[in-house]
Amino acid sequence: MSKIPLQFRHNGRDVAIFVDGGTNLLVALRELIGDMTPKFGCGQGGCGTCSVLIDGELHLSCLTLAETVAGRSIETLDGMKQGPNLHPLQRAFADHFAAQCGYCTPGMLMAAKALLDRNPSPSRDEVIEAISGNICRCTGYEPIINAILAAASGRVSA
Amino acid sequence: MLELRKDIFADERDDNLKEIGKGTQRQDMLGHVTGTSNYFNDHKLQGMLHLKVVRSTQAHARIRRIDTTEAERSAGVRRIIRGTDVPVNLNTLLSLINFGKDDEPSLAVDKVRYKGEPILAIVADSEREAFEAIAKVKVDYEPLPAVFDVEDALKPGAPVVNETYPKNAFIYHDVYDHQRLRFGDADAALASADHVLEQRYQMSPIEHAPTETNGAIAAPDTNGRYVVYTSTQALFFSVDTCAKILDVPSNTFHFIGGTVGGGFGGKVDTLTEPLAILGAMLTGRPVRYVFGREEEMQYGPPRGAERIYIKDGVMRDGRIVARKIRAYFDSGAYTRLSSYAAVKCAAHLPGPYTIPNVYGDVYCVFTNRTPATAMRGFGVTAMDFAIECQMDKLANLVGMDPMEFRILNAYRDGDMKAHRREAKNTALIECVQVAAEKAKWPIRDEFRRASSRKDGGGSRAAIPPTPTESRARPAAPAQQRTSYDRAPVTATREPPREPPPPPTTPPPPPPRPSAPSHGATRFSSVFGTRRR
Repeated sequence: MSKIPLQFRHNGRDVAIFVDGGTNLLVALRELIGDMTPKFGCGQGGCGTCSVLIDGELHLSCLTLAETVAGRSIETLDGMKQGPNLHPLQRAFADHFAAQCGYCTPGMLMAAKALLDRNPSPSRDEVIEAISGNICRCTGYEPIINAILAAASGRVSA
Repeated sequence: MLELRKDIFADERDDNLKEIGKGTQRQDMLGHVTGTSNYFNDHKLQGMLHLKVVRSTQAHARIRRIDTTEAERSAGVRRIIRGTDVPVNLNTLLSLINFGKDDEPSLAVDKVRYKGEPILAIVADSEREAFEAIAKVKVDYEPLPAVFDVEDALKPGAPVVNETYPKNAFIYHDVYDHQRLRFGDADAALASADHVLEQRYQMSPIEHAPTETNGAIAAPDTNGRYVVYTSTQALFFSVDTCAKILDVPSNTFHFIGGTVGGGFGGKVDTLTEPLAILGAMLTGRPVRYVFGREEEMQYGPPRGAERIYIKDGVMRDGRIVARKIRAYFDSGAYTRLSSYAAVKCAAHLPGPYTIPNVYGDVYCVFTNRTPATAMRGFGVTAMDFAIECQMDKLANLVGMDPMEFRILNAYRDGDMKAHRREAKNTALIECVQVAAEKAKWPIRDEFRRASSRKDGGGSRAAIPPTPTESRARPAAPAQQRTSYDRAPVTATREPPREPPPPPTTPPPPPPRPSAPSHGATRFSSVFGTRRR
C-alpha cells in the first residue's frame, strides 16, 4: 500500500508524516506523531474523547481522514498549557473536580476551548450545548459545566 | 455544601477530623487535565503487533470445524491462536479463592455458549490486517437449542448451557443448587397475616459502557518476564488469573495498571490479558489486544439480570410478619462472579428491615446470554429495587405513609437478622427521618422520635424456631484445587499440548479462617470485613 506524505501544524509546530490511505487523524496523531492526548473511545463519532481543533474548529479526529488536514492547524490537549502554567480551563477542571477517570477530559477540554475561543462568556445552556457531543461516564457533567463557567468568568485560582 | 451529622455515631468517632469538609486535590488530577495520565493504550512499543478475536455468531452451537487456511495466507498475519494453544484453557475467576469449578475457556474449543464468545485469536502486524484476517476465518457451526430465560433454563429438559453445571444452576460447595435462607416459619406467618402481597420484579442486564474499552498490551521483557499494561480494575486478580491460564508462576508478569478509563465493574474479568500475553509469548513481540466499542457494548460482560418473586405477609398495623422470596440471578453462559452475586442476593433479601419470618431461595442460573460480572452492589441492587417497590405497595395496602411504614419495620441495633447476624450500627430510621425532613415530608411525632438505638434486641434478638426440611444432606466432596496446588486439571476438554511442568515449590496454603469456612466468610476475607 502506498504511503501518502502529509504536512500540517500540530500545536504550533510543523510536522510531516507518511500515512496509509484511510488512516484517521486519531491514529495519525497517536501512533505517528506520538501525541497520546486524544483518546480512542468508540471510533464511530459517538463519545467525543478524540476531539481536536482543526483551524480552531472542533472535530472528531476518529472520523477525520488524516489526509484531509494537509496544511491545516491541529490543536490538541497536549498544546493547551501556557508554558509551564495550566490554561485557565485546565485549572478550572482541577479546582472543580471535573475529572474522575480522566478519559473524557481531553475531549471535554477541547470542546470547552472551542466554545470559549469563540464565545468568552457563554450561558449555562451554551456550555451544555458545547459539550453535548462528549460523553462522561463518571462525573454526571455538573462539575464539568461548572468548571467551564468558572473559567469563562475568570473565577479560577492562579 | 457538605452537611455533617456528627450526632449520629458520635461515641464511635474520635472526631479528630483533618480532611472532611474541605476540598483536597486528587493526586491524579494534574495528569488528567494535562492529558499526561498514562492509560494502558498510551504505550507505543517498538514492533507492536495487534490481536483480534473471532467471535461466535451463534448463541449456542457445536463447533464442527474452524477453517483458517485463507486467514493464514492473509497479509501481515503473524500467528493464529486456537484454544489448544492456551496452556490451561478452562478457568473460573473465583477459583483463586477456591470457589466454584473451572467452566470457561479462554478460546472456545468444542462449543460456543453465547453470541460473541471468543473462538480464535489472530495476531497481525496492524489492526487492519488483523481485522482482514479475522474476516477470512470460516467457522462451521451446528446450532443447538438455546435458552435465554432463567426460569426456562431450570426446567427439566432445558438445553444444557454449560456442561460443568448440567442443571444450569451454579452448585455451591459441590452440594447445593441454590442459596437458601430460612428464618422462622414464613408459611405459617403468611397464613395468619392480615394481607398477603405477591409480586414479580425484574431487572435487565446493564452495560457499564466505560469510555475507555477493555484492553491490554503485553511485551516480552529482556529478563524472561512480560510487562503488561492493562485497563484492569483488579490488577492482582488479573496477575493470578493469567498465571493460572498460562501455567507459569505469577512473578513471570510485571503488571502495570492503576489508571483506568472508567471501569464500574466491567474491568474485573481479565478479558484481554491472557491472550495478549500468550500472543507475546508465541511471537516474541509486544502484542496489543483492545476491545472495539461494539465488542465492549455487545460482548463485554454486563451487570447480571435478575428476576425476583416476593410474597409478603403484613398486619393491619403495618408490621411485616413474613417474607418469602424466590429469585434468579442470570449468570449468562459462565460463572465469573455471579455465584457471589447470588450469595449477596440471599443475604440482602430481608432488606434493612426486621422481619420475624423469612424464607428465601436464590438461584445462580446459566443461560446462553453474555456472562455477567461485577457492577456496583451487584446481586443487591435489583433485590433492593424489588424490596423498596414492594415496601411502597405494602404501605399503600395497609394505608400507611411509606416513610412511617419503613421506620416501623426498620431494623434496630440488637435485632437478629435473618442470616443470623446481629444488626449493629443500624441507621435506616435516621436516614428516613433526614430524608423526610429534607423533602419536607411530614411524619408523625412518634416516628420522628424513633431511633435505631431504641427498642431493638430483646425478643427481636432471638432466632425463631425454624422448621427443618427433611432432605438428605449429601456429604460435600473435596473442594476443587486451584492451580496453586498444581493438581492435574481434570476438566479440560482438550488435552494440553505438552505435559504440565514439574511442580514448583507451592506457596504455603492461605490461612484457614477460624469461622466455619463457607463462601461468605471467605469472601469477607477477600473483599474486606464488614464494619463492626
